[in-house]
Amino acid sequence: MTSLFEEVPRAEDDAVPVRTVSVTVNGERRTVKVEPRLLLAHMIRHGLKLTGTHTGCDTSNCGACTVLLDGRPVKSCTMLAVQADGHEVTTVEGLAGQSELHPVQEGFKDEHGLQCGFCTPGMMLTAKALLDENPDPTEDEVRWALSGNLCRCTGYQNIVKSVLWAARKQRAAAGETGAGE
Amino acid sequence: MTALDEIKIGGLGASRRRVEDNRFIRGKGNYVDDIVLPGMLHMEILRSPVAHARIVSVDTSKAWAIPGVRLVLTGEMMAKRNLAWMPTLSYDTQAVLATDKVRFQGQEVACVIADDPYIAKDACEAIVVEYETLPVVVNPEQALAADAPLIRDDKENQHDNVVFDWEVGDAAGTDRAFAQADLVSKIDLHYPRSHPSPIECCGSIADFDRSTSKLTVYMTTQAPHIIRAAVSLVAELPEHMIRIVSPDIGGGFGNKVPVYPGYVMSILASILLERPVKWIEDKTGNLISTGFGRDVYLRGEMALRKDGRILGVRMHTVSDHGAFFADAQPSKFKIGLMHSAFAAYDIPAAHLLARGVYTNKAPGGVAYRCSFRVTEAMFFQERMVQAAADDLGMDQAEFRRVNFVRDDDFPHRTAFGFLTDSGQYGKCLDVGLEAIGYADFQERKKEAAARGRLLGIGISTMTEPLGAGNSREYDILGIKMFDSAELRVHMTGKALLRTGAKTQGQGHETTWAQIVAHELGLPAEDVVVEEGDTDTAPFGMGTYASRSTPVAGAAVAMVARKIRAKARKLAAHLLEVSEEDVEWELGRFYVRSAPNRGVTIQECAAAAYSNMPDGMEPGLENVAYYDPPNLTWPFACYIATVEVDPQTGVWDVLNFVAVDDCGVRINPMIVEGQIMGGLTEAYAMASMQFITYDAEGNCVGSNYMDYLLPTAWETPGFELHEVVTPCPHHPIGAKGIGECATVGGPAAFVNAVMDALKGFGVRNIDMPMLPDRVHEAITTGRDVSGHPPVRQDD
Ligand code: FES
Ligand code: FES
Repeated sequence: MTSLFEEVPRAEDDAVPVRTVSVTVNGERRTVKVEPRLLLAHMIRHGLKLTGTHTGCDTSNCGACTVLLDGRPVKSCTMLAVQADGHEVTTVEGLAGQSELHPVQEGFKDEHGLQCGFCTPGMMLTAKALLDENPDPTEDEVRWALSGNLCRCTGYQNIVKSVLWAARKQRAAAGETGAGE
Repeated sequence: MTALDEIKIGGLGASRRRVEDNRFIRGKGNYVDDIVLPGMLHMEILRSPVAHARIVSVDTSKAWAIPGVRLVLTGEMMAKRNLAWMPTLSYDTQAVLATDKVRFQGQEVACVIADDPYIAKDACEAIVVEYETLPVVVNPEQALAADAPLIRDDKENQHDNVVFDWEVGDAAGTDRAFAQADLVSKIDLHYPRSHPSPIECCGSIADFDRSTSKLTVYMTTQAPHIIRAAVSLVAELPEHMIRIVSPDIGGGFGNKVPVYPGYVMSILASILLERPVKWIEDKTGNLISTGFGRDVYLRGEMALRKDGRILGVRMHTVSDHGAFFADAQPSKFKIGLMHSAFAAYDIPAAHLLARGVYTNKAPGGVAYRCSFRVTEAMFFQERMVQAAADDLGMDQAEFRRVNFVRDDDFPHRTAFGFLTDSGQYGKCLDVGLEAIGYADFQERKKEAAARGRLLGIGISTMTEPLGAGNSREYDILGIKMFDSAELRVHMTGKALLRTGAKTQGQGHETTWAQIVAHELGLPAEDVVVEEGDTDTAPFGMGTYASRSTPVAGAAVAMVARKIRAKARKLAAHLLEVSEEDVEWELGRFYVRSAPNRGVTIQECAAAAYSNMPDGMEPGLENVAYYDPPNLTWPFACYIATVEVDPQTGVWDVLNFVAVDDCGVRINPMIVEGQIMGGLTEAYAMASMQFITYDAEGNCVGSNYMDYLLPTAWETPGFELHEVVTPCPHHPIGAKGIGECATVGGPAAFVNAVMDALKGFGVRNIDMPMLPDRVHEAITTGRDVSGHPPVRQDD
């Protein structure tokens, strides 16, 4: 295991410090060696090969890199990998169950909540975190919750509908009525 | 046997859920940065911190000394290989790596290839460049001043900063129209510099294999075949040894059409190192160096008759192209399709003078969600229309109606020479006015005013030319702007379709299959769509300028018809009748005199491989190249109502109604998605999004903290309506739609705010209408506009 990536061995340089990080990613415990300066987003993408987490800016604005850290949405480009040591990370790859999509994923497909798909993993994870906390949000609450995630394609209207679709579906599954149509 | 239900098989008009979503919602998209090749190295670019300077020296020794660094490229090294400069897609040249001097902040000065991107970045920081700064030119006024520094001293015969002077229309006829006018309405406008800014930046992985001499490049390009041609020219590699693969693209909007230095450097590095080299641009690099949009000044004049008829139009534009003329646009039209302005209006005479200038700013300008400057054209048009209605004291809706081209007047030759194809402009306007409650709005406005609130309503109506283009007039680098589709129907009736277009979120994998379903009766789910690999896709010009449906989509219909023609022969053979006795209904051929005797398209497909008539070539596949007879002309009517807070200058959208007529809609859900996305970019430009430069040429707007994109919180809701006027010359009656809302939308917002401010004597606030600009207009009673440096010759 190399400091940054497996594919290309980094030049031998004893001066490069390395830390061992253990993270539970999508339910599975993973241990990797990283440079202390490695961003969590890069560890997830390149080290753990989970490329569904995207990066779209240098300034923590776009939210394409959003993952859940212990259930709360964080911008993984804004954290160092070492800060995630001992924590639980959920990425888009961990949203669906073995055979079933998460209602948020279904909602995005059914309400045409994505176009190029680049913002979508981050949007869906933010939406999941919202619904975990507030199963019956208003449109305004959805818009506010998603306001840290930029989408250049959809104009958000269908993203909001997708999240409300998922909320209905989840409530229906939880035994309430009037959902999921 | 009854004919198939077209909606059920996912044909034309079905809001079929998208096929591509299955991978995107699982995080299984395959964007360029997701691709990892064995032995891959990483490239970073060192950019100029200054806007205009002579390069005194570049010292790369410290960079080379960093462990893990494999190559450091400088302009000097590129020049040795004759690669320091490359052609742009608009017959200019652009520096790949600067040799003599840097001409804009962010220009590529050197690059490092290393084992990982962190090392490459460290090494870039270790390169020492000495600059001798030069006077900086940041706007056309400075560029055209007598003592302006010469920016492009690299070009022979370039003695000033003028890129081009271009003229179209009838100068003498327009002069006569103005001589007869009862009133001349004038307005000066600036369409600010903006950036398409897809969330995914540009990038490439070049992989040169010495053993086969083959170069494979995975890259974010909207037009892989054009890139192959360009790479062949620039790198002097044979075209058949170049394979361009455009994987999933995280949004394009015009940003991913041009050839960028990063692509070229990654290719050269891979050739030199014989290893795959990946370059992934960061957001700042994307915003400060890749194709911007707009940055055009207008002096507009309209000759008017008292009864409201427009007699003539004059447009003088000056466009700021930055340091290199790197537009990607048809070679015949220097300022793109700016002269498509006023196509919706019946105007006797028009004249356009366009001048392009070099400045020390990033090169461009690309058609940002736009067909070659159509966005500026329609914005200028609709701002001029509102100013003229106000000057005449006429209702803004009525003024438009009086001047619209009538429904029975198609095809209509515009004053600038385009031929519009079809439309129901008055009807679209009526639908919009009804939906927004136009009749009552003046009452509401008065009531609100009585309570100290400022309301306004703004309309924007336009038709625009989409689907470049017919090959008589449209080419890029001399290559005619046709497109293509190849269809293979397997023996079980399942099919593979490939086109020369390239989806970036538009949903081609879903909609192209719907066209095949419509033409052949194959269920859409039985048709797989592939695009973006030049080794497999037929030659096409790519996806931009809303040309996919008008051109590639037409090619899909045409290739399916070729397949159907062969299937008909197979059907006649199977049914043992002559071909003339065979009739077609969706999915099935039958005997005219005995409709119950028939064969399905799938049975014909099986016969093509197992039971063809003597002498028939086996198989069921074909390719179609489609050269459209004309552009398609969709129409749009956008209406916004706003409330302006006079204390703060903040304005809010109360309602927004969009009426789009893009002809036949292949997938209404996707069409509506395109419209909402486009309207959001229109709102962005009207309200917050722009790139500007300070006096030293520093780019302000170089990251998402300064370059503002609206979030879900700011973005208003949109109410969509439709009118359908099928395109008379498109095989399935469809017109382009992707860019309409971005093109027509901004003027609706600006016109609405101007309507709200009518009482203050203000005629114009340049976009974006930031609260401080609106507040300044309210408190001073004066326009807040950039001053266009347009020739004052009339
Ligand atoms: S990449 Fe993390 S916020 Fe943009
Ligand atoms: S779907 Fe493209 S950025 Fe959101």
